[in-house]
Amino acid sequence: MSSIAQKKGFGATLWDYITTVDHKKIAILYLITGGLFFIVGGIEAMLIRIQLAQPDNDFLSAGLYNEIITMHGTTMIFLAAMPLLFAYMNAVVPLQIGARDVAFPFLNSLGFWMFFFGGIFLNLSWFLGGAPDAGWTSYASLAISSPGHGVDFYALGLQISGGGTLIAGINFLVTIINMRAPGMTYMRMPLFTWSTFVASALILFAFPPLTVGLFLMIFDRMFGANFFDHTMGGNTIIWEHLFWIFGHPEVYILILPAFGIFSEIFSTFSRKRLFGYSAMVFATVLIGFLGFMVWAHHMFTTGMGPTANAIFAVATMAIAVPTGVKIFNWLLTMWGGSIKFTTPMLYAVGFIPSFVAGGVTGVMQASAPLDYQLHDSYFIVAHFHYVIVGGTVLALLAGLHFYWPLMFNTMLNETWGKITFWLFFTGFHLTFFIQHFLGLMGMPRRVFTYGADQGWDLFNLISSLGAIFMALGVIFLLANIIITIVKDKKVGRDPWEDGRTLEWAIPQPVPFYNFKQTPLVRGLDTYWIEKQEGNKEGMIYAEPIGDIHMPNNSVIPFVMSFGLFVGAFGALYNGEQPWAIPVLGLGLLITFLSMGARSLKDDLGYHVHKEDLLDEKEGGKH
Amino acid sequence: MMKGLKKWRLFSMLTALMVFLAGCGEEHLSTLTPAGQVGRDQYNLMLLSTGIMVLVIVVVLVVYVLAIIKFRRSKVGENTIPKQVEGNHTLEIIWTVVPIILLLILAVPTVTATYNLADVRGMDVKDEDGQATAVTVNVKANLYWWEFEYPNLGIVTSQELVVPTGEKVYFNLKAADVKHSFWIPAAGGKLDTNVDGINTFYLDFDEPSESLEDGVFYGKCAELCGPSHALMDFKVKTLDREDFDAWVLSVKESAEETTPATDVAQQGQELFQQSCIACHAVSGEGTTGGIGPNLATFGDRNRVAGFLEHDKENIKNWISNPEKYKPGNLMPQPEDLPKRNGKEFSNQELDALAEYLMGLSVED
Repeated sequence: MSSIAQKKGFGATLWDYITTVDHKKIAILYLITGGLFFIVGGIEAMLIRIQLAQPDNDFLSAGLYNEIITMHGTTMIFLAAMPLLFAYMNAVVPLQIGARDVAFPFLNSLGFWMFFFGGIFLNLSWFLGGAPDAGWTSYASLAISSPGHGVDFYALGLQISGGGTLIAGINFLVTIINMRAPGMTYMRMPLFTWSTFVASALILFAFPPLTVGLFLMIFDRMFGANFFDHTMGGNTIIWEHLFWIFGHPEVYILILPAFGIFSEIFSTFSRKRLFGYSAMVFATVLIGFLGFMVWAHHMFTTGMGPTANAIFAVATMAIAVPTGVKIFNWLLTMWGGSIKFTTPMLYAVGFIPSFVAGGVTGVMQASAPLDYQLHDSYFIVAHFHYVIVGGTVLALLAGLHFYWPLMFNTMLNETWGKITFWLFFTGFHLTFFIQHFLGLMGMPRRVFTYGADQGWDLFNLISSLGAIFMALGVIFLLANIIITIVKDKKVGRDPWEDGRTLEWAIPQPVPFYNFKQTPLVRGLDTYWIEKQEGNKEGMIYAEPIGDIHMPNNSVIPFVMSFGLFVGAFGALYNGEQPWAIPVLGLGLLITFLSMGARSLKDDLGYHVHKEDLLDEKEGGKH
Repeated sequence: MMKGLKKWRLFSMLTALMVFLAGCGEEHLSTLTPAGQVGRDQYNLMLLSTGIMVLVIVVVLVVYVLAIIKFRRSKVGENTIPKQVEGNHTLEIIWTVVPIILLLILAVPTVTATYNLADVRGMDVKDEDGQATAVTVNVKANLYWWEFEYPNLGIVTSQELVVPTGEKVYFNLKAADVKHSFWIPAAGGKLDTNVDGINTFYLDFDEPSESLEDGVFYGKCAELCGPSHALMDFKVKTLDREDFDAWVLSVKESAEETTPATDVAQQGQELFQQSCIACHAVSGEGTTGGIGPNLATFGDRNRVAGFLEHDKENIKNWISNPEKYKPGNLMPQPEDLPKRNGKEFSNQELDALAEYLMGLSVED
């Protein structure tokens, strides 16, 4: 079907993508949308660094600066990093476990479109009276008193896209539990599948508190409630707890899949089985578990008292142990291996010192009395960029190069990739390392400017120069992508030659039904085992060729999400415009009608017949 | 080979940089030059944790550099298939247990310090006359200024905190509008001023601030509170106990009605009483509750509006257009004041106000 799609016109292709329920196409949708939001967030970052390049700068006004930092954080976390991770999860996990698709293809599409419309809604704030300006944490007292509609866009936009994330998380949980090929036991699952599994469990438990918090915020700001108004018996600290009960696991939602990607890369390009596989799995699960026990370390200065602070301090330190286990296992995976420095491997190798640096400053901040100094200073800005950029973003870039051949059957240029790496990596350390010291020297975060007499001028300038390198890196990457797409040179199966897991065993381009016959998994690193035994097919099969049941495409997820998008405008202008409530009703009506249509109309899908599969086998190629 | 060596060089360079930077930063602003016991405790925790962490980094880097030097494909041969090692239980136990020990070494002083720094019992200790022995300051954070009330001394100031040296000074923190955070980096860590309730902690200062570059420590708002969050600075003046007591007395005296020395200043006073007095008190005696900052000690201050150079020109600029200098602040533009009827201050009126305000002083 994918080869047929290429012959279609633009409109037909667009329609195909809007209605698709194929995990491979949804992966591409996530990649494009997440990539665009990554660019938007990156431009916002550049504006921030231009403003702070020199003291007393007036490049940006005070209010606009706050909007930009808020949108930079929110965009990067919710609209860039997570969707890009979902892109790889969608592209890789079903193939990695030998499944024909995710468990709920329809929900997969719904999750994407909710994220899409939520993200668009949030960014429309720029054109409709101003973006949110209370920080990505949107602490209640400031958020409630923020004038205009900025924070309303934040609450509604995140609510919609958060719903999409929750759906996607549940979908991956069910997929990984139920859809594994015969022989793919839990302890044979590749680490990327494992980390997707744990991250999805974190999503399942972490997003509901955010949903609750956002609803309270929506009710307070748009419908006259007083959950966060202390003069009416509300409490602002509740928001901080709700936000961080979500927010801390969110950090692990971002980093665990990154760990997964790097685990795959380390073992692939060291030509070696992942060292201490079971310890790695255990560490992943343990990090996920402990991730829920430590949220209040974001609130050491809120005034919770010494007992709470001490407990959360020690609990936080505990997370360093499983994280350290992972670092050493990666090192020992390389040890004794045969390391090939491809672009993905360069990112992985660059990741280790970067993430260790970010991790140890995390332990420093776990020490509560020390955190009284570090909290809300530039030290913490440095810290979380070290873990998020040095961990997650490096993983996203590594994953882009690594999985590009799997997704598009072409290969990004290696030389350009390495240039991108060195520019980005140098720029990253140049930008953020020095910010640790700015924080120690008394510079608070989220300041739109700073006075010239405080000894921060030079370091801020250096930091801004570093940002230019990062931007150049991204420009090289974009050029690389465009050139690769234009050249369109097909590379076929296992282009890295050292692929170990099932996704590399599948013929390229990947058929829309994935596996003609469900494979039989005989151990960890299935494809490696088959290759070592000289199996040219790359896999052995658990079933004879038979009819394959496939789901039909559907436009309903798109319409359902669009209804929420429309309804959100009604909620936003409630009490201000006469049409607000009717529009809210209309939006919800669209959503509920499409839900009704989905429930009442039986859609049984279709079958790819055995005869067609056999035909294809004769004419097809590996 | 070369790449690995370069990383090593980079690392040792960074270590050297760190040592160099420990002496870096402005003395009145940097957490690296602690000005009292609280700051020192936290600084020592930083040194301890940094030490442990550098140890970890060194171990990781040694293994890391050796691995990427020794096991490059160009070295081990293109067609080598490495041994597929499953793992090693002894190693797993080592790198689980050793970090736990390292973390315990950090956890014990952390927990101790957490409790010590939260101990504010000294606040309620009274002498025979029933007077509190320690100085307590009620800090109220406003958009974008700070009020400092001394409940046991019966005085109130704003923007410039004055505290005695050589003893614990206790703080009750609260926000008037949105959440802020009270931070004097050189003296010690921050604590949030919430809208919901009062947070309490203490700080202490070794030396009078006289010897510092500006004669004051810098204080910051550390929690995003709106457009002018970056400008919500305050200053801290530390005096030895004797000077502090004298200062308290002279603030109390500011309650007495005085006539400014010059004609211009008198004119300014009249204008002030028509236009500004509704929000700004000029007597330091009293309690919290001013709509705008108390100006009793204005002439002694280090900054106008918390961040502008302390001169008449800036006073005039500030009064004539507060919104321009601190976006989102609550001080009305002059033309919006009730008795101005839409009229801005003339240059001459601004001169008079500036002259008068500069004369509001309790110090010599």
